[in-house]
Amino acid sequence: MTDPLMPRRWELHPVPRDEDYKTSVTRAPDLPLLSMESTPAEETGPRFGHSLIGPLDNNLILNFTGEAAIGERIRLHGRVLDETGRPVPETLVEIWQANAGGRYRHVKDTYFAPLDPNFGGCGRTLTDAEGRYEFMTIRPGAYPWPNRANDWRPMHVHFSVFGHAFGQRLITQMYFEGDPLIERCPIVHTIRDRGQIERLVAPLDMQNARGMDYLAYRFDIVLRGRRQSMFENRPEGM
Amino acid sequence: MVKRLALLEETPSQTAGPYVHIGCIPSFAGVDGVYPEDLGLSPIREGARGEAITITGSVIDGTGWTLRDAMLESWQADATGRYPGQEGADPNVTGFCRFAAAADSGEFTLHTVKPGRVALRDGRLQAPHVSLWIVGRGINTGLQTRIYFEDEDNSADPLLSRIEQRPRAATLIARRTAPGHYRFDIRLQGEGETVFLDL
Repeated sequence: MTDPLMPRRWELHPVPRDEDYKTSVTRAPDLPLLSMESTPAEETGPRFGHSLIGPLDNNLILNFTGEAAIGERIRLHGRVLDETGRPVPETLVEIWQANAGGRYRHVKDTYFAPLDPNFGGCGRTLTDAEGRYEFMTIRPGAYPWPNRANDWRPMHVHFSVFGHAFGQRLITQMYFEGDPLIERCPIVHTIRDRGQIERLVAPLDMQNARGMDYLAYRFDIVLRGRRQSMFENRPEGM
Repeated sequence: MVKRLALLEETPSQTAGPYVHIGCIPSFAGVDGVYPEDLGLSPIREGARGEAITITGSVIDGTGWTLRDAMLESWQADATGRYPGQEGADPNVTGFCRFAAAADSGEFTLHTVKPGRVALRDGRLQAPHVSLWIVGRGINTGLQTRIYFEDEDNSADPLLSRIEQRPRAATLIARRTAPGHYRFDIRLQGEGETVFLDL
């Protein structure tokens, strides 16, 4: 038997429906979620091994063609922990992003900023035994998007993290310290808790930057934890 | 002063956006060559034990429009109710699959084996089910739900039994359209809204 997950604290997350993020209005459930203690389906989850990961998978500068992508070279790094503060080792972290001009390599992105022939825009890695991960990439450009008449996404990198349980699954976005578009972004502001927004803004980390090579940004991620008690795992009422 | 609990707070979710495929199913986005193949192409391998089934469906918004940019993930037990990694689990069931609503029709398809019953901590058996996680543009936190099966005995399932408005339980039950084939549509809001879960 596995330990139950701590219930998700919804006040730490975005509201599902926000008039300023127009697509959410027709896609957010109207009715309350059905809450219950986690079951084996949420307490177990897919595990991925090192054999999955290629040597350039976490290097978005080189992993598309082998030639360097255009843009400001950056290193993104951090740790994946759970709510109890324990590191989450050997878990898959995937990222995707626009190129330096704010254009995604996606059949549906029609923004007229050009594609970079050497930038695919995705990367993945496994955390190490202490939950650490890192990527080399270029700083993504800001870009306009169809929402209100003149909305722009701040520079951001999408993160997908598995944890060790399907109920820990998380997709989020990382922003860059100092970007004035963060304050103006309706997607950012679907999160009502100021402190929670700030946790998505990665600080410049000069100590981990390398002179004449790359800047660094630090982004730590916290997943749901597990409740541990010796009173678990016995029939109801005993 | 009360001592503060020494717990960290979960990182907030943000929408996966319309280009989630680049990171999760790159070949669907037209990004080829970074990885040998997309992750989670199938939850089963050759030789998986149990009844082979196909589930098709779509994700529908509050206006009745079918989403073309949703991505789904499924997670399930093997035919005997064991999750991958658990002792005795079928080595040919990886349990995890990623699939997208098709760019033209919005239909998704999941080929798998029907999972077995899984017990809760207190010993109560759950009816066979596949867990789903749905992300996409306009979905600010991934939505959890489950696929149960019309031709199984769902009457004592602990989760389905907790749904107060009994007709809503039907939103979690896939309809059998032919032997081994099921239909499961997900309605994000409005009439027939799917029951979404907080587990």
